[in-house]
Amino acid sequence: MITEIGHFALVLALAVALLQGSLPLIGAWRGIVGLVGLARPAAIVQFFLVALAFGCLMTAFITSDFSVINVANNSHSAKPLLYKIAGVWGNHEGSLLLWVLILTFFGAAVAVFGRNLPAAFRARVLAVQALIGIGFLLFVVFTSNPFLRVFPPPMDGGGLNPLLQDPGLAFHPPLLYLGYVGFSTAFSFAIAALIEGRIDPVWGRWVRPWVLGAWCALTGGIALGSWWAYYELGWGGWWFWDPVENASFMPWLAGTALLHSVIVVEKRDALKTWTVLLAILTFSLSLLGTFLVRSGVLTSVHAFATDPARGVFILAFLVIVVGSSLVLFAARASSLKGWGYFAPISREGFLVLNNLFLAAAVGTVFLGTLYPLFLDALTGEKVSVGPPFFERTFVPIMVPLVVLMAVGPLLKWKRSDILGIAGRLKAGVLGAMLVVVVALTWADARSALALAGMALAGWLLIGCMAILAERAKFSSGQVGQSLIRLARTPTATWGNAIAHLGVAIFILGVTASETWQIEKLQIMRPGESVQVGDYRFTFEGSEPLAGPNYTAVRGTFQVHHKGAPFVRLSPEQRHYPVPPMTTTEAAIYPMISGDLYAVVGDPNGTGGWSTRIYYKPLVSWIWGGALVMMLGGLMSLMDRRHRVGAPARRRLLKSPAAQEVA
Amino acid sequence: MKPKRRRLIFVIVAVTVLGAAATLVLTAFDENLVFFLTPSELAIRDVDPGRRFRLGGLVEEGSVEKVDDGIETRFRVTDLSAAVPVRYRGLLPDLFREGQGVVTEGAMGLDGVFVASNVLAKHDENYMPAEVAEALKKSGKWQGDKGRNAPDNW
Amino acid sequence: MSFRHLVPFILFVVVVVSLGVGLTLKPKEIPSALINLPVPDFQLPPLEGKTNGLASDNLRTGSVQVVNVFASWCLPCRDEHPFLMQLAKSGRATVNGINYKDKPEKVAKWLAEVGDPFARIGADLEGRVSIDWGVYGVPETFIVDGAGRIRMKYLGPLDNSDRTTAFLECLDTIARGGDQCSK
Repeated sequence: MITEIGHFALVLALAVALLQGSLPLIGAWRGIVGLVGLARPAAIVQFFLVALAFGCLMTAFITSDFSVINVANNSHSAKPLLYKIAGVWGNHEGSLLLWVLILTFFGAAVAVFGRNLPAAFRARVLAVQALIGIGFLLFVVFTSNPFLRVFPPPMDGGGLNPLLQDPGLAFHPPLLYLGYVGFSTAFSFAIAALIEGRIDPVWGRWVRPWVLGAWCALTGGIALGSWWAYYELGWGGWWFWDPVENASFMPWLAGTALLHSVIVVEKRDALKTWTVLLAILTFSLSLLGTFLVRSGVLTSVHAFATDPARGVFILAFLVIVVGSSLVLFAARASSLKGWGYFAPISREGFLVLNNLFLAAAVGTVFLGTLYPLFLDALTGEKVSVGPPFFERTFVPIMVPLVVLMAVGPLLKWKRSDILGIAGRLKAGVLGAMLVVVVALTWADARSALALAGMALAGWLLIGCMAILAERAKFSSGQVGQSLIRLARTPTATWGNAIAHLGVAIFILGVTASETWQIEKLQIMRPGESVQVGDYRFTFEGSEPLAGPNYTAVRGTFQVHHKGAPFVRLSPEQRHYPVPPMTTTEAAIYPMISGDLYAVVGDPNGTGGWSTRIYYKPLVSWIWGGALVMMLGGLMSLMDRRHRVGAPARRRLLKSPAAQEVA
Repeated sequence: MKPKRRRLIFVIVAVTVLGAAATLVLTAFDENLVFFLTPSELAIRDVDPGRRFRLGGLVEEGSVEKVDDGIETRFRVTDLSAAVPVRYRGLLPDLFREGQGVVTEGAMGLDGVFVASNVLAKHDENYMPAEVAEALKKSGKWQGDKGRNAPDNW
Repeated sequence: MSFRHLVPFILFVVVVVSLGVGLTLKPKEIPSALINLPVPDFQLPPLEGKTNGLASDNLRTGSVQVVNVFASWCLPCRDEHPFLMQLAKSGRATVNGINYKDKPEKVAKWLAEVGDPFARIGADLEGRVSIDWGVYGVPETFIVDGAGRIRMKYLGPLDNSDRTTAFLECLDTIARGGDQCSK
C-alpha cells in the first residue's frame, strides 16, 4: 500500500511539475499575476510530493518489503539499518529519486527564501527548475521506476554491494547530489536572466548564496568520496582520476570559477556573458556527470546501472536542456552588455585569470575523461587515460593559479599598483622559504617537485594570513586596535581567507603524503615484525571473526613507536555471502602528523600472510584541507550581506520584471 | 592604458594560457595514452617490451600461483583463444578471482611475461564484449537463494 | 545573435554527437561465425563416473537440442542452473552440457548439489572443443536443430530476462521446423 502511495505521489509530482514549468512562464510573459503566483506554492507542493515518494521507498527498504523489485534486488533482511537506508540511493532507481528530491528541494528553497526576488523573475526561475524536474521525473516514472512490484516476492533480497556498505559512502551520494543538483539553481537563475535579457549586480547578489551552498556541498561530497576510496578500497590511494570521480570534479572546477566570476558581476557589473555561460556550463557538467555514471558509457568501479536505453534517455535530456539553453544564450547574450576593460593588475583582473585557469583545467579533465570515448567512437580503438595524463596536465595549470591566488585577494578593485603589493609579496616569499626549510629539517628532500609543492603551500599560507592582516592593519603597530578591526572584519572576508587556507593545507597534505610515504609489502608470520619509519609493526596473527552479515579474517599488528607500545591495528578481510564478495578493510590509525595504514591479504599456505603497511605523512590534511575550504565557503554564506532574503534591496524595484507584475 | 590595449593584454594572456594547456594535453596524450589489448590482439600486434598498455580478459582457471613466498603472483590472462602469462608483485584486489574478469596494466618483459604494475579486477564492460562482461557482472550479483525462488515465467 | 555566442553551442553539438556514437557502439550481440553451420566435429569423453559423453553424432538426432557450456567454478552458471533444470523437465528440448576446464571431483559435487539437467555431458578438460565452438566465456548456450546445425548462440546466463524469452522463442521456432531465428 505504502509503495502505491509513493508511486502515486511521484506521478502527481510530475503533474505539478508540468504546471509549474509552463503556467508561470506564460504568466511572467503576459503579465498575468495569478499565473505568476502559482510558481511558489507549486514548487513547495512538488517538493512535498517527491519527499513523500522518497519516504515511501525508504519505508519499503527499512521494512524489507521484498515484493518491491528494487528492494529485493538491493537490500537484504540481515543488513544493518543504516545500510538499509543507504540502500535507498545505493542503486540506479533510488539514486535518481534522490536526485529529483534534491532538485525539488532547491526549488522549494528558492520559493521560500527568495521572497526578495521580483515575482516575475522568481516565477521564471521556478519554472526552469520545474522543467528540469519534468525531465527527471519522466525518466524515473517511465524507465527507472523504483516502485515496481514482483510476484511472488523472493524470500530474501539480493543485498547491496558490500564495498558500498560503509558509513562514508552511505552519505557520500546525498552530499554529492546536494552539490551537483544545487548548481541547478544557478542554472535556473541564468536562464531566467537570459529570458528577461538583463543581468545586473543585483542578479550576482541573488545567485551567489546558491552557488556558494552548492559549492560547499560538492566540496564535502567529493572529499567524502575520496576519503572512502582511501580507507575502503585498500590501495592507499585517495584520488584515481576515475571517470566517475572526474564527473564530479568537473562541475566542482566550473563551480569554483562561477563562484569567483559572480563576484565580478556583483561588484563591477562586468563579465556577465561569461558568468551566464559558466552557470550553464556548470550545471551541464553536472548533467554530464549523471549521464556518464548512469549510462555506463565510461567504466568505473562506481557505476551500477549500465543500461543503454537509460543512457539514450539521459543523452536526449542533456541535448534538450543544454542545447536549448545554449541556443537561448546565443540569441540573448549580446543584450548582456558590460565587458568592462579592466586594468590587468586589479582584483577583477586576477579573477578573470582565475576563471581562465579553471576553465583550462576543466578542459583538460574533460578531454582526458572523454577522449577514450571519442577515440572509441571514431576508430574503435580502446584506450585509457590514466593518472599520469592528469598529473601532467592538471598540475601545471594549477600551479600558476595557486601562485596568483595568494596575490588576488590583496588587490583592490578597479586598479591596484604593483609596487604596493610587492612589499607584501616579500612576506609570501619568506613564508614559502620557511615551509621549505621546515620540510627539509623534518625530512630529507626527495625531489625538486616536492619542494616546489611545499613552497607553494607556504606562499599561499602567507597570502591567506595577509588578507586578514591587511584588514586589521597590523602594520600600524596598535595591537588592540588591530584586534578590534579583525573582529569587525566581515565574515565573508574571513571565509575568503579560510577557504584559500584550505587549499594551502590540501597542497601540504598532497605533497607530503606523495613524497615521504613509506610502503612495505611482505609476507609475515605471527611474531615477525617490520620497521616502517619510526614505527615497528609486529604481526600477532590472524583469526576468523563473524560480523552481522559477513565473516572475516582479522589480522592484528602491535605497533611500537621508538620502542614504546603505541597502538594495535586490526585490518580485516571480509567475506560477504550475499552477494558473494571479498572486501579489504584497512586498519588506519590517523594522526595529524601522518597515518599508519595496514592491510592484511591472503595466507600463503605455509603460515605466513601477505601484508601491506604504509606510513603516510600528513595524508589527513588532504581531507582536512577540503573541510577547511568548505568551512570557508559556509562562513561566506553566513555573511549577512549574502544571506538569502536579507535586507530588502531597493534596487530590485527598478527591475522591469517587477514593475511588469506590480 | 587605453581600453583597447588593456583588452589586447587580456586576449594575449588568454591565448597563452589556453595554448599552454592545449600543448600540455597534446604532449601528455602522446606519452600517456594506455592502449587496451586482449591476449588475441597482443598475439597479432608487435608491442615493444617496456611500452605500457593494459591487458584484459579472464583470469585463467587453475593458472594462479604464488611464488617468492606469496608476494609475487603469477597467472594467465585469457580471452579463451589466447593466453598471456602475467606476473605481479603486490596485494591483489578484492574482486580478483579465477575465472573472473581482470584488467592489468604494465608492460611486456623481455622473457615474454607481462609484468603488471597494477591489477584491476573490476566488473567492467569497456574491456570485454558486453555479453561476457554482463556475465561477469552477474556473478557479482549472484544470489544463493535464487535456485529455490526462481520465478516461473514459462 | 552573434557568431561568437554560438561557439559554445557548436562545441556542445560536437560533444553530443560523440557521446551518441559512443553509446551505440557497445556491441550488444556478438555474431557467431558458426550460426547456421553444422556443429564442429568433436568427441568428448564423459565425466568421471558417468557414461554419456558428447560427440557431434549425438547432435544429429532429428530433434532440437540445447548445448550448454558450463563449469562448476563459474558463478553465472549457478545462476542459470534452475532455468536449465526447468528446461530439461519441460521436455522442450534435450539439454546437453560441455563441461569447460573443470576438475572432475568439483563438477561431480556441483551437479550433486544443484541437480543434473544434462542428458549428455562432454568433459572438455583442455577447452579445445570449446574453442572449436567459438566459445568466448562461460556460460554459453547453443540451440542445435535436428540436422545438427547451430541455430542460435546465447552468451551469458539464461536468467529469466528478456533475452531468455528470445532464447525460448528461438527454441520453439526451431522445434516447429523453422530454420531462422530473428535476431
